[in-house]
Amino acid sequence: MSEFSVIGKPVALIDSAGKTTGAGKYADDLSLPGMLIGKILHSPYPHAAIKRIDATRALALDGVVTVVTGHDAPNKYGILPVGHDETALAVDKVRYVGDNVACVVAESESIAERAVELIDVEYEPLPAYFDPEESMKATSDFIHPEKPRNIEKDYHHVFGDPDQGFREAAYTLEGRYLANEVTHAAMEPHSTLASFEFDSQTGQPGRLTVWSSTQVPYYLQHKLSIVLDMPMAQIRVIKPLVGGGFGGKSEIIPLEIITAVAARKAKAPVKITYTREEVFWAHRGRPRTIVDLKTGVRKDGRITAVAARVIQDGGAYCSYGVVTILYSGALLGALYDIPNIRYDGYRVLTNKPACGAMRGHGTVNVRFAFESQLDELAGAIHMDPAQIRRVNLLKPPCITVNGLRVQSYGLPECIDKVLEGSQWSSRKGKVRHGRGLGIGCSHYVSGAANSIIRSDMPHSTVNIKIDRDGGVVVYTGASDIGQGSDTMIAQIVAEVLGCKLARVKVVAADTDLTPVDIGSYSSRVTFMNGNAAKRAAENVKQKIVAATARKMACAPENVAMRDDLVSKIGTSPALPSTETTVSGRVEGQILRHSVQQKRKEEGPKDQMSFEEAVVAAIDFSGALTGTGSYAPPQEARGGKHKGAGVGPSPAYSYSAQVAEVSVDEETGVVTVHKIWAAHDCGRALNPVSVEGQVIGSVWMGLGQALQEEMVWKDGLLMNPGLLEYKSPSAVESPEIVTYIVESVDPEGPFGAKEASEGSLAACIPAISNAIFDAIGVRLRESPFTPDRVLAAIKARNDPQNAGIRGTNDTLKPSQFREHGGSLWFKGRGPMRHPADPARAGATADPAAGED
Amino acid sequence: MKKDLIELRVNGRRREVAIEPSKLLLDTLREDLQLTGSKRGCDDSSCGACTVLVDGTPMLSCTMIAASLSADEGGHAPEITTVEGVAEHGAMAAIQKAYGDWGGAQCGYCTPGFIMTVKALLEHNPEPTDEDIRHALSGNLCRCTGYTQMYQAIKAAIRAEQEGIAAARR
Repeated sequence: MSEFSVIGKPVALIDSAGKTTGAGKYADDLSLPGMLIGKILHSPYPHAAIKRIDATRALALDGVVTVVTGHDAPNKYGILPVGHDETALAVDKVRYVGDNVACVVAESESIAERAVELIDVEYEPLPAYFDPEESMKATSDFIHPEKPRNIEKDYHHVFGDPDQGFREAAYTLEGRYLANEVTHAAMEPHSTLASFEFDSQTGQPGRLTVWSSTQVPYYLQHKLSIVLDMPMAQIRVIKPLVGGGFGGKSEIIPLEIITAVAARKAKAPVKITYTREEVFWAHRGRPRTIVDLKTGVRKDGRITAVAARVIQDGGAYCSYGVVTILYSGALLGALYDIPNIRYDGYRVLTNKPACGAMRGHGTVNVRFAFESQLDELAGAIHMDPAQIRRVNLLKPPCITVNGLRVQSYGLPECIDKVLEGSQWSSRKGKVRHGRGLGIGCSHYVSGAANSIIRSDMPHSTVNIKIDRDGGVVVYTGASDIGQGSDTMIAQIVAEVLGCKLARVKVVAADTDLTPVDIGSYSSRVTFMNGNAAKRAAENVKQKIVAATARKMACAPENVAMRDDLVSKIGTSPALPSTETTVSGRVEGQILRHSVQQKRKEEGPKDQMSFEEAVVAAIDFSGALTGTGSYAPPQEARGGKHKGAGVGPSPAYSYSAQVAEVSVDEETGVVTVHKIWAAHDCGRALNPVSVEGQVIGSVWMGLGQALQEEMVWKDGLLMNPGLLEYKSPSAVESPEIVTYIVESVDPEGPFGAKEASEGSLAACIPAISNAIFDAIGVRLRESPFTPDRVLAAIKARNDPQNAGIRGTNDTLKPSQFREHGGSLWFKGRGPMRHPADPARAGATADPAAGED
Repeated sequence: MKKDLIELRVNGRRREVAIEPSKLLLDTLREDLQLTGSKRGCDDSSCGACTVLVDGTPMLSCTMIAASLSADEGGHAPEITTVEGVAEHGAMAAIQKAYGDWGGAQCGYCTPGFIMTVKALLEHNPEPTDEDIRHALSGNLCRCTGYTQMYQAIKAAIRAEQEGIAAARR
């Protein structure tokens, strides 16, 4: 008999039927009587002061109820306590093309759309900054006056002695790597519905209920309370089904606040749903990242030191930026044993939509650089790329040089699996020219050990209620956004209580009903909410066991719960379960039709059905409830240096991948044929979900590696549509073979760690390394589009111009402009201040106004 | 804008709706008929989340004028099938069950569109090759699954259908 009866077996997500039949409700599927529709007016300028907003003409349109502007809710907010730099709608100035200026509330969407065009706004354009390195040189017209030189935050970390480390190196490589901006593009555009109800005592509008496509309902409740000046207890946030997040819904998106402000002003329920173009402007994706990386190795391949200077093009608001730039540095450690690290990170403001958290938050672009450079170093010392990774493995349990505690470490096995699967030793470097294999590794946190808002509060709490019907209701604040967390929690509870999965009903992510969970981000839900659920279930189990032990006349530790049966250990199992689970026939159960049933006095028994045991426990101790919570242990919370709070996690997942690609040197087209991906998730609670998460991560990495990219022209996004953004379709998606590695973490729930993010980062370098293996050309800028591949081939043939900024530099704005105008932008186009240096340069030298 | 009363055939039923002549089929289904299973994922027919069947052919309801499918004077109208009309005889269709079992649906937002596309594929081609499946699905976007588990789901659904047919014959 397997150790477990519920976990470890593939099960369909408990909410999958609603998804496949269309019955499940997402935010935009909801409506309320008298509901109005909101439409937002966005800025056509990348940087401009707002002199005047005149909504007279809009308000005169039949069917328009009200127009909301920044002055209706001027309180500042932001996801990070250090980054409260946003307002619901622009108060004094706009900071990017697409910034939120005003919101029309009308009886229908078409009326609202027409009214938006009738709002007159007078702007005074300001010089705008599009390139982070240029932005850092600014001396005036800062994007936020309190951030001089447009630097949101910079960190300078030194661990060990990097200078000494580089002196010890036999070989040192330096290089610049560039990863362009990508976005989540979750299939569900953001949507929020807000409604106030009257207070019975005062007769005034009182409680607010918000249904929103969010990964963080409790943060939304908190920020709504700040902006609306309302106590949190008066605000209820409900997360319906969410159509994917990937980080794009892990902070407060402007429409979520605007909808509530609009509902207050319109005195009616209001719904706002973004168009796809608006989703691109809301963004919060992965920033364009410039990585200047230096790594030293000894002749035996051991890394002696790493120095990284990272600049992130953060866009116009802080968002998660401070965390992103810290993750980029912190996650250089915890994958390999690196004795000396220097890290200089700059998060820079530019006049573009704010970047935030995206799957693999902070680690992806740096990992691309590091894993690429490691391959180059392996080549330089004539070592197999897989071997150089093996010689630099950590030896856990250990604490990395930058203070990250590592307990379970499945990376060695991950590497073994993918090498075996891809027949690496017999095929690497031996397939025909134009086709090659590449390896990449990555890791990720299983939740942050320190929460965004520092406090001693548990990160997750779960409550359980079991009633006389034998149904187990789990109340969890965890936000299922499609990753399957509701199912994971149901499985854990069913496993602990030894009951069937079908008994467990999950009530999730409703701030009125469920206890606080800080949200679905940084891959924290399985580890933290899973642990809380396990503890809650153990808490209830204790009560059931205590009651049944009395009935069985044995000690509680001799009672086992499994497969819907509660038995005295040592007795032979298997009562026919059909007889005992029919409600109404259970001993002592007081249900309709059975109230008159007499208690049978049978003396001690060896076995009871789950329902009998529950009834016994309720009879014995009253209401059967349990609670459990989780806070990361102190030892896992990292060092004491400035910025040490980001990076530490109670456990890390690990991934290794091999990609097989072929490159057409005539066209520059890279085809990925197959990817072997191994992921250490601690323990796979639901293998079908783990595989799905790993494949999805690898696939998203593939998109960033080959084709996804946000293309900018003077701060205007050139490809704000799914067709132009080029997310891979079924025909472009290769076979992805997954291997689940179970390292069984000592602190994870049943040993589980994260599965949904860690694999993304390894895919990009695996592909770039495979391209090198195929044609001997090193791609240092993602995505590896045909133009970049051709430019790199050209640079190989003409080494004078090698390097990222050679003559074949695809980053030059003159080449950007070849993309032509946007088909989708309905406004007047981005306008620049007459004195804007970029504009002046644009007429004289098309290359000057760099984006 | 003035509304017209039109008659549509949706999921085997006759439905009357009063809509603006320019109203899209997707909005009519979602707002006037409360059939919110069909989703809007984009604004330019690029994602396939709104796919419905019109006389068995997968069509993007976000770019169809609802009135173009209204009944003629003889009462004949094209048959529109949405995801809500896929479950048969009170049970989920094999493809719906398989998508759940095999991880074909994660967030589920694109799923109704995929279900409609696959339903049409299997009706025209009950034993598709891997290549056929890839090409059929290429008009629908998914951001969660990387499509791999969808292929497994589709193959499982085909097996389930075949077993069902074989069982019925016995």
